[in-house]
This record gives sequence, C-alpha cells and structure tokens, in this order.
Amino acid sequence: MNLAPRARDLGLTCCHTCGQASSSTTAHCPRCRSRLHARKPDSLARTWAFLLAALILYIPANTLPVMYTSMLGRGESSTILHGVVEFWKAGSWDIALLIFIASVAVPSTKFLALGTLLVTAQRRSTWAQPQRARLYRFVELIGYWSMLDVVVVALVSALVQFQLLGTAEPRLGIVFFGLVVVLTMFAAMSFDPRLIWDSDDDKNLPRN
Amino acid sequence: MTHPAAFVFCEHCDSIYRRHELQRDEVARCGRCCAVLYRGSRVDIDYLLALTLTAAIVFVIANASPVIRIAVSGLHNQANLLQSIVALSHGSALAVGVVAAVTLFVVPLLQIILLGWVLLFARAHRRAPGFVFAMRVLHRIRPWSMTEVFLLGVLVAIVKLSGLLHVIAGPGAWATVVLTVLIAVIARHDIRSLWDRLPGDPTGLHS
Ligand SMILES: [Zn+2]
Repeated sequence: MNLAPRARDLGLTCCHTCGQASSSTTAHCPRCRSRLHARKPDSLARTWAFLLAALILYIPANTLPVMYTSMLGRGESSTILHGVVEFWKAGSWDIALLIFIASVAVPSTKFLALGTLLVTAQRRSTWAQPQRARLYRFVELIGYWSMLDVVVVALVSALVQFQLLGTAEPRLGIVFFGLVVVLTMFAAMSFDPRLIWDSDDDKNLPRN
Repeated sequence: MTHPAAFVFCEHCDSIYRRHELQRDEVARCGRCCAVLYRGSRVDIDYLLALTLTAAIVFVIANASPVIRIAVSGLHNQANLLQSIVALSHGSALAVGVVAAVTLFVVPLLQIILLGWVLLFARAHRRAPGFVFAMRVLHRIRPWSMTEVFLLGVLVAIVKLSGLLHVIAGPGAWATVVLTVLIAVIARHDIRSLWDRLPGDPTGLHS
C-alpha cells in the first residue's frame, strides 16, 4: 500500500492547535490565530540546547542533597540515590524501585532517546523510522513522572515540623532536579517528530 | 457546518488523510508512523461537562482537605497540596516551588475552568466568549498537568514516613485519587473537534 501524501508536499500547513489546514504561505491560522510553521522553528538547535542544559543540571541534581532531616537532634542531608538505598534497606524494595525509575531511569532514557532522535534527524537517516517515531511518543509519555521526587520532598517538608522531635527541609538538589524535569520537557516539545520522516524527501530527489 | 473536516493530519509525521466514519471505540491510526489520528466515539458534550463539573468539586475537596496526617508521641500534623508547595518554596527552593505550584495546582485548575466554560456554551451550540483564547490555552497547558504524579508522590511519602511515625491518608488523598481518574477520562476526549462543531463567525464579530 502506498503511504499517504504529506501536507508540506501538497503546499499545506496544518495547525496543531485546532487541526485546520492552510496554504503553506499563511503565517497565522485563520481559525485560531496561532502562528503556523511547516516545521517547528530551529527544532534541532533548540532541542540540543535544552537537552544539554538538562544534562549539566542533572549532575548537581544527583550530587547535592535534596532534603535535610533531623530526627531527635540527629540531622542528615540526603541525595536522591541515598533515598533509594534507604528504602531498599528498609525492605520497601517496590518504593525504592519506583523512585529509581522516576528519578534515574526516566531522565536517563530521555537523554539517550532524545540524543538518538537528534543525531539521526541531523544525519537525515532513514533508519528505523517507525521505531524512532514510537520512541518520541514514549519520551513524551514518560516525561513528567520525574516530578515524583519534588512532590515527595514537598510533602515530607510540610509534614515533619515537630521542632525538637524532628524537622525536614528542602535542599538545593531538589531545585536542580525540578529544573531538569522542566528542561527535558521543553527539549521534547522542541523536537519536531516530522523531521524523522523528512529524510524520505532526499531518497526521491536526484542528488546534485 | 457541524460535520467534521474532510481531511485529517497526522501531527507526528505530517501525513494527510481523508476522514472516514468510525464505529464507536474504533481508532484511526497513521499508516506512516502509527500515531492515533482520531477516535470513533464522538465527544458527548453533556457527559464531558458533567465530568468537568464533578472534577471542579473534587478539585476543591482535594485542595481544601489534608492529604496526609501524621502523629508521633502525642504530636500530630497534617498537610494539603498548597501547604506542601509553601513548605517546598523554602528559601532557595522557591524556583522548584513555582514549578510545583504551576503543574500541580494552577494548570489543573485552569483546565477545569476553561473546559467547563467552553462546554457550557457548547451545549447551546455556541462558541463561548473567548472560545479561541480558551481553546488555545487548553492546548498549550495540557502537557503541564501533573495531578497523577502528585498522587504517586502521596503514596511514596506515606510509605517513607510510616517507618517512623503513625501515618494516615487524609480525605484529600482520596479526593486526589478521584480527581486523577476524572482528569484521565476527560483527557481521552479530543476536544479539538469542537472547532468543527461550533463554527465561528468568519468576520469575528460574534465569536
Ligand atoms: Zn503519522
């Protein structure tokens, strides 16, 4: 079966906000007034920028403590990985696994997946296009679960406020962690999945 | 003019298709990239509005009542979502407090208000005042709604604290469970079909 034609080849641009088709020369969608682009502007450069910024901030997010707790006068600062180990030792391996997935596996997967998508799109590769398209949707789907640690630190800091008996406070690491989540989400949004399929245009054109 | 548009686009790969009528629960997928194009079940405005109004009530309960209560040697404390955000915004952590406030409170609230507003008028086959603005905002903020992450966070916090203290889930936690389900059901409906079903005045005078 032949594949469906693509809007840009027909001289059309579709509005992502409302689904309306317009001629490629139109700057704003006539129906919802959103700005129209055949492809997201500077998609690769912007995605690289967000991704690299997230990667850099991911280092302090993991090495700096995310929370300070004092129980009966004994205070300690803990990093995210420290928290995972604590849960594991306490026998809550399921919660340890959950935090590990949300704060280590999900961000790492996003870094690797977006990196792969960027490199292949840049090289205009036609390799594994359906799988790459699925990989992008997977990245979009898992993106925000990394906010889990931020929520846990917020709840524990609000609850454990017993003066001498015990207190909990957020620490700088959680700021970096929250910023990493936001930056990776911006990175995923900046990437234009249509670029995966634009490589096909080269195949059909004679090289000059 | 209440018919859906004759063509659909795949926003993931730019393919263009002629729209076909689908049976209920049928899903049209893109032949190039396998992304979901559209669903057979037509958006039932009354049903969606009922869900949205329920979500509004549950949202108030979820935010007004404590999600977790703790007790230790005669002392006790409780916290709800907003108190947790304030506790997080302590000193240098203000930046992450703002992120949490936006994703856990402001965005879900805006979604409920704007969707309710649009649907209230859609029942009378009319575009609400500010329809275009509301629909654009709804599209923009959609990825930033994180109520389900808050729910998982409540669960982890309960387990984390239960080793040291007496912990019970408050009414806010149960309301958050209901809210998460409601938001997930609402999100299954592609409200962009309202653009076709509620045609605007091309002059823009009455839209
Ligand atoms: Zn597609």
